[in-house]
Amino acid sequence: MTIIEERHTISVLVDNEPGVLARVIGLFSGRGYNIESLTVSEIDNISKLSRISIVTRGTPMVIEQIKAQLARIVPVHTVRDLTSAGAHIERELALIKIVNSGEDRIEALRIASTFRARTLDSTLESFVFEITGSSSKVQAFVDLMSSLGEVEVSRTGVSAISRGAVADMPIRT
Amino acid sequence: MDGVDKTNTDADNTAATVTGAEAILKVLAEEGVEVIFGYPGGAVLPIYDALFKSNTIRHILVRHEQAAVHAAEGYARSTGKTGVVLVTSGPGATNAVTGLTDALMDSIPLLCLTGQVPTHLIGNDAFQEADTTGITRPCTKHNYLVKSADTLCSSLREAFHVASTGRPGPVVVDLPKDVQMADVTVEEKDVAKVTARYQPQTEPDRAAVRKAAEMIAAAKQPVIYGGGGIINSGPAASDKLRELVALTGFPTTLTLMGLGALPSSDKHFLGMLGMHGTYEANLTMYHCDVMLNIGARFDDRVTGRTNAFSPNSAKIHVDIDPSSVNKNITVDLPIIGDAGRVIELLIEELKAIKFKPDADAMAAWWGKIQSWKSIDCLRFDQSGDIIKPQYAIHRLWEKTQGMDAFVSTEVGQHQMWAAQYFGFEEPNRWMTSGGLGTMGYGLPAAMGVQIGNPDKLVIDIAGEASFMMNMQEMSTLAQYNLPVKMFIINNEWMGMVRQWQELIHGGRYSESYSESLPDFLKLADSFGMKGLRADTVDDLDGIIDEMVAHDGPVLADIRVAKEENCFPMIPSGAAHNEMLLGPEDKAAAPVSEEGMVLV
Ligand SMILES: Cc1cc2nc3c(=O)[nH]c(=O)nc-3n(C[C@H](O)[C@H](O)[C@H](O)COP(=O)(O)OP(=O)(O)OC[C@H]3O[C@@H](n4cnc5c(N)ncnc54)[C@H](O)[C@@H]3O)c2cc1C
Ligand SMILES: Cc1ncc(C[n+]2csc(CCOP(=O)(O)OP(=O)(O)O)c2C)c(N)n1
Repeated sequence: MTIIEERHTISVLVDNEPGVLARVIGLFSGRGYNIESLTVSEIDNISKLSRISIVTRGTPMVIEQIKAQLARIVPVHTVRDLTSAGAHIERELALIKIVNSGEDRIEALRIASTFRARTLDSTLESFVFEITGSSSKVQAFVDLMSSLGEVEVSRTGVSAISRGAVADMPIRT
Repeated sequence: MDGVDKTNTDADNTAATVTGAEAILKVLAEEGVEVIFGYPGGAVLPIYDALFKSNTIRHILVRHEQAAVHAAEGYARSTGKTGVVLVTSGPGATNAVTGLTDALMDSIPLLCLTGQVPTHLIGNDAFQEADTTGITRPCTKHNYLVKSADTLCSSLREAFHVASTGRPGPVVVDLPKDVQMADVTVEEKDVAKVTARYQPQTEPDRAAVRKAAEMIAAAKQPVIYGGGGIINSGPAASDKLRELVALTGFPTTLTLMGLGALPSSDKHFLGMLGMHGTYEANLTMYHCDVMLNIGARFDDRVTGRTNAFSPNSAKIHVDIDPSSVNKNITVDLPIIGDAGRVIELLIEELKAIKFKPDADAMAAWWGKIQSWKSIDCLRFDQSGDIIKPQYAIHRLWEKTQGMDAFVSTEVGQHQMWAAQYFGFEEPNRWMTSGGLGTMGYGLPAAMGVQIGNPDKLVIDIAGEASFMMNMQEMSTLAQYNLPVKMFIINNEWMGMVRQWQELIHGGRYSESYSESLPDFLKLADSFGMKGLRADTVDDLDGIIDEMVAHDGPVLADIRVAKEENCFPMIPSGAAHNEMLLGPEDKAAAPVSEEGMVLV
C-alpha cells in the first residue's frame, strides 16, 4: 500500500495569549504530525491576534485531522488551508552569513546579486545577506553559498497569504 | 477608600469587591454548582477559608486527588451537570492528572480548580510549584493560568462554558494564591462575551440530514451504531433514539460508552459491539449496507482491523466534534451537530418522505441476525459450587431489576462482564472508564454518583486488583455515610492481564497474580462498614439481597472462578468476523504479529 503524502500550508489566526503556541506545537508533537515549518507573530496589537503559518505533510486524512484538531483549540479563531483554498503566495526570509575570501568571495557576491539578496553587513572576510523568496529559492541560495565558504543561516520559515481580492482572514472584524 | 460608605455596597451592587477566593465561589454558585470534590493544601487555603465561611456549596473531602476527579466524573455522568474539583498546587495537581486524562478520553464535563504558587514565584521552583498548565495542556479540553484578578471571573465563566458545551471535557483553571487573595470585582455575567470564543456547531446542515434520510430509506441491511455522544447530548437524545429505532425497526448496537441510550430490553438491541461485544452486533456491523453512527468515535476497540471494518457499507457519522470524523474510518456522510438534535431532524425528514422500512428486506436481514443470535454468544456454564463471574453479575442485575440502579466499574474482565450481563434501561446509569481504562475509577466514581443521586442504589462492580488502586476512598464513604455497594468480583488475578497472557503470551503469567490481598471483611470492618462474602453459588443470592437491603456502604467479596476468560473476544488486529467465541476457539485463530503489538 502506498501512502500518498501531500504538503499543505495552513494559516491559523489565534488570540495572542500565553500558551497558545504551546497548544499548537503540542498538538503536532502529541499526535505525531509533521511540522516542516512554523512561523508566528502578533499581527495586530489592537485585536491582539497572531497568525501562525504551518507547513505540514500528511495523507489527506491526516491533513483533515490536523485542521479539525487545530480548529478545536479554544483561542484559535480561523484555520485556513491555503493549499486547498487555491492560489496563494509563500515567502521566507533568510539571513545568511558567509565567511570566505578571494575568488569565492567575489562569486558569493555575484550570486547574491542574481538572487536579489541584499547585503546587510560585510567585513573583509564575510557577508551577511538577506534573501526573500520561496523556500526552494532560499534553499538553492543556501546550497550555493555553502560551496563557497563557511555558512551560517537563520530562516524565518514560510509566511503565506492567499492571492486575490478577498481578505479571508482579516485582522479586525 | 477613606470617606466612602462601604456598608451598603454589598447589598445593592452586584459588582461588589470581594476576595478572589470569594469571587470563585460566587461564580461557581452562579453556575449552579452544588458540590465540590477536593483536597486542601497551602496553595488553596484562601478558597478553603471562603468555603468555611459560606454555606452555598458543599465540599466532599476525598482521600486522594485522583479520586476527587473520578468522583466528579461519576457525578457529572450520572447527573448531566459539570463536575467540580478543587486541589492544591504541585502534588495536588499532578495527582489529578490521571482523572483529567480519563475525563478527556470519555468526554466528561469537569472544572478542576488547582492552586498555584503566587504569581511572583512562578518559575522559581517554589515550594509545591508545578507547571500545571503545561502538564495538563494535553489532558484537558482547555486550561487557564489566571495571572491577574482582572481575568479571574471571565476565565472561570469561559471555563464552564467550554467544559460543558460541544464535546464536553475537563478544563483546568490554575489559581495563584495571590489572585485568590486579591480584590476582585465580580461583574455581572455577559453571556455573549463568555461564549464568544467557543461556539461549537450543534445545529446540523439540514441538507446532510435529508441525504441521511434518503440513505436510510434505501437501506436493506441497516444498523444503528450509537455511542457515548448520545449520553453526552442528554436524556432527550436517548428518547429520540428510541423513537428512531421504533420508527425504522433497525437493529441497534451501542458502544461501551453508549450503554443505556437504548433499553437493553428493546427487541432491536443487539448488545454491545466491539472487542467484547456480541457476535450478532459485530456481524451485523460487518455485513450491513448502511451504517448510522450516532455519537460514537470508531474507536479501535470497536472497529478491530480498520481495513476489514464493515467493508461494504455506506457510513453516516453524526458527531458534534469535526475531529472525530474521518479520523479512523472514512465515512460517506458526516453530519456535524448535536446527537439529539440530529435524530430529531432525521425523524422529521423520514416522516416527510413518508418512510416505510422495506418489509421484505428487513425480514431477511433480521432473519440473518436471528441466526447469529442463536449462537448465544454470552452463554456460560454455571455448574458446580464455584461462582462464575458472569453469573454473579447476571444475578446482581436480575435481583436489582426495577430498582433503577446506578453502576460503576473498575477496569478489566469484570468491567466487560458488567457491560455484557447487566442490562441498562436508561441513560446516565452506567459509569465506566472506556477510553483510558483507568483501574481505580469505579469506587470514587460511585461516590460521586451517590452524592448526585442520594436516594439511589449505587453499585461499584469491581475487580479486586482495581479496587485496591483507590480503596482509600472507603474512608470517604464512611465519613459521609454514602451507601455505595462495592461488589468485588474477586478472582485473585488481574484477570484481563491473565487472559491476554493465556491467549497471546503462551500462558506465562508474569506478575499478574493478586498476591497478598487483604481480608476484605476485616477491611470493611475497620472502616465500620458491613462486609459480606460469597464463597459458593448458594451464598450468592442471599449476599446480594443483604447488600442491597443494607442502609449504608457494603463491601461484598464475591469469590469467583479464578481462570474464567471473557468472551466473545476479537483479538487485537482481527476483524469483526474473526471473533473468538470461547475457549475452544483459541487454537483456531492465533493472534497475528501485527496484532501482538496492539493493546
Ligand atoms: C478493557 C476494555 C475493553 C473495552 N472493550 C470495548 C468493547 O468491546 N466495545 C466497546 O464499544 N468499547 C470497548 N471499550 C471502550 C473503548 O475503549 C472506548 O472508550 C469506547 O468504545 C468509545 O465509545 P464511543 O465510540 O461511544 O465514544 P465516546 O468516547 O463516548 O465519545 C463520544 C463521541 O461522541 C461525540 N459527542 C460528544 N457529545 C456529543 C453530542 N452532544 N452530540 C453528538 N456527538 C457527541 C464525541 O465527539 C465523540 O466522538 C473497552 C474499554 C476497556 C477499558
Ligand atoms: C491504572 C492501570 N494500570 C494498569 C492497567 C492494565 N490493566 C488492565 S485490566 C488489568 C487487571 C485488572 O484486574 P482486576 O481489577 O482484578 O479485574 P479483572 O480483570 O480480574 O476482572 C490491568 C492491570 C490499567 N487498565 N489501569
